[in-house]
Amino acid sequence: MSTLLALSRPTDWNVPLFVHVLGAMILVGGLLTASSALVVARGDPRLLRLGYWALLAVGLPGYVVMRIGAEWTYSREGWDDLPEGTEEPSWLGIGYVVADLGALLVLVALIVGGVGIRRQRGGGGAGLLKAALAISLLVLVAAVVAIWAMSAKPD
Amino acid sequence: MTLDDWILALHVLSAFAFVGAVVLFWVLIVAGWNVDLPEDTLRVERLVKVGNAAVAVGAGGTIVLGIWLAFSVGDHDIWDPWIVAALVLWGLTGFAGQRTGKAYARATERARELESGGATGPSPELLALNRTQEGLVMHTLTSLLLVLILVDMIWKPGA
Repeated sequence: MSTLLALSRPTDWNVPLFVHVLGAMILVGGLLTASSALVVARGDPRLLRLGYWALLAVGLPGYVVMRIGAEWTYSREGWDDLPEGTEEPSWLGIGYVVADLGALLVLVALIVGGVGIRRQRGGGGAGLLKAALAISLLVLVAAVVAIWAMSAKPD
Repeated sequence: MTLDDWILALHVLSAFAFVGAVVLFWVLIVAGWNVDLPEDTLRVERLVKVGNAAVAVGAGGTIVLGIWLAFSVGDHDIWDPWIVAALVLWGLTGFAGQRTGKAYARATERARELESGGATGPSPELLALNRTQEGLVMHTLTSLLLVLILVDMIWKPGA
């Protein structure tokens, strides 16, 4: 069904969809780097710091591009102009819930990790960085669910 | 949901793993730009392994599941221009990616040699290997090819 939808997709949806998917891929790359750094760091403060910077310098811009593309696609596909009484499909709802909660969690991770980076100068902060990167792992798992929902488009 | 819907979802997830790994390698290239110590060069080895695993899953998943979809979905054929273009681009991406890996592996190998020889201080040679032009060019090419595949998948020229 989703494949058929993709086949019949009007071409003027393509640019916003490209922006949305490219942003999501960059976001996932940032989350993958951050959470991998946590998993392999074994307490190494430099790897934890690398993971934090990946989240800040890659994951956050990726999220912004993904979200801009999402809103643009949403508007271009006419989801903001549905007839009264028509419900949005569940895959769209899953995407929005993950994007909104994910944004909140990424911001929390960036604040907590930022405090951790500052404390690292005094020899501490590793726990806060681990917490920040653990949150990014959680967002990565949620992103996998959102990608599954947005590509398989379950009813 | 049909089997093809599941395969499509796994195909897309594989593509995200592939691109995610390429992004991870960009982070490592930037982070390693000023690294001249063997210890610091070897520090990121475990992250490289994660990236390599994601590339293996991503590259394998996209091609196998993509070919499955080309045969299984009634409106597509393997010889459709956009599918042929994707296969060619995927092959070129694999070639460029392998060249990238080989270029940066030289820095890891040299760092290991230096460390085992007791030379743990800064090494201009290691710095040059971490800044390999070949690796940078090949990784840029890999990234551009992946963007082209994404463009091809969305626009489907000739479909």
